[in-house]
Amino acid sequence: MRVSLTVNDRRHDLDVEPRRTLADALRDDCGLTGTHIGCEHGVCGACTVLVDGVAVRSCLMLAVQCDGAGVRTVEGLAGPDGAAHPLQEAFCAEHALQCGFCTPGFLMLAAGALESDPGLVRDPERLRELLTSNLCRCTGYEAIRRAVIRAAATG
Amino acid sequence: MKPAAFDYVVAHSAGEAVAALAGGDTQVLAGGQSLILELNYRAARPARLVDINRVPGFDHLGVTDAALRVGPLVRHSAFADLDHGPLGTLLGRVAHHIAHPPVRARGTMLGSLAYAHPAAEWPAVVTTLDGRLVLTGGAGARTVAAADFFTGPFGTVRRPDELLTEVRLALLPVGTGVGFAEHRRTHASFAQLAALAALTVRGGRVDEVRVGLVNAADRPVRARAAERVLLDRPLDPAAFAEAGQAAAAEDADPRPQPYAGTAYQRHAVAVLVRRALDAAHRDLAPTGG
Repeated sequence: MRVSLTVNDRRHDLDVEPRRTLADALRDDCGLTGTHIGCEHGVCGACTVLVDGVAVRSCLMLAVQCDGAGVRTVEGLAGPDGAAHPLQEAFCAEHALQCGFCTPGFLMLAAGALESDPGLVRDPERLRELLTSNLCRCTGYEAIRRAVIRAAATG
Repeated sequence: MKPAAFDYVVAHSAGEAVAALAGGDTQVLAGGQSLILELNYRAARPARLVDINRVPGFDHLGVTDAALRVGPLVRHSAFADLDHGPLGTLLGRVAHHIAHPPVRARGTMLGSLAYAHPAAEWPAVVTTLDGRLVLTGGAGARTVAAADFFTGPFGTVRRPDELLTEVRLALLPVGTGVGFAEHRRTHASFAQLAALAALTVRGGRVDEVRVGLVNAADRPVRARAAERVLLDRPLDPAAFAEAGQAAAAEDADPRPQPYAGTAYQRHAVAVLVRRALDAAHRDLAPTGG
């Protein structure tokens, strides 16, 4: 099927099978391998991207569902001049990544949440709950939590 | 894993969706948060998906004739900050327990009902609140009581050529306290067990009470024995534990699960029912019931 996605403000006209997940289309058809695929059943969150501004599991959406939609991936976070996004700066400053596999998913989860609800970081319980959405298996969540708070303050 | 191949059609109206279902071996793609998972596992291998995400009006959520009407594209997240009195409060508290924000942003209440996962919260909610489900097929629509809709794990009376097009939930009377308590291994885990309660008190007596159980039997449970302990009696929080015991002994019919035998599950049911009733009672406190 022919579909058109706008990924990080760039249009991609793709010819994909209906069974192609959005995650696979981003990686294999758009060449954007920053979106990671972990569990492929919605648990780990490594594949989290923004579809029309909302954080979703790209392993649990089909590329054909996104025809005409705007998708934002980790590659779209940095500014046009290559400057890191405040969340990326904060993840570095707070040592919120180690192996980095989960990082693109956490960045997009946090980016979507902060853009729609900047006051989130003032509610520790809601922020903690948001971060239970994704799995990190090396650094631990405390540094990620601090990084999101730092990014909200500097962003 | 990757899904097996399937055909894909986009429906732009309820009629187009129903027409696609009439073709056979077709599954409905709404939120997809369970369906695409099953496709990825190849546990589901339908010949075709009909995507209803572009049907105008399917995201309707509003009150008509004292009932909340929920369309097939209303996401779990839409219930987070709902008005509509105690019913809205209860739905918000329940939605908060479903998965996590990215899944809540896509998954739908009606999809959850049609899927009928035994650990899903919404089936027990609509069963306990006497919800009405509208099924639309080629020959027209029929309305089924929630109590008659669920037939077992992943089992409903929906025919393969029918689309679940609406759920109707009667508003709860002013002066109703609501509570929901869930037991699960981690915050984002499936419910191991859960209980909900709606308690209406008039003149110091329990005028109406609804208690429901999630994952405590082969289908959602309305805990009538627990309700009988409280109904038409003076409100007495000390009786909540007794209601919990009744739910555990008479209403629940748990199946052995890994790491959770039936005795453990019955104990947990008793605790959760008491907690849900306590929460409902706390709701009533500011106005003195």
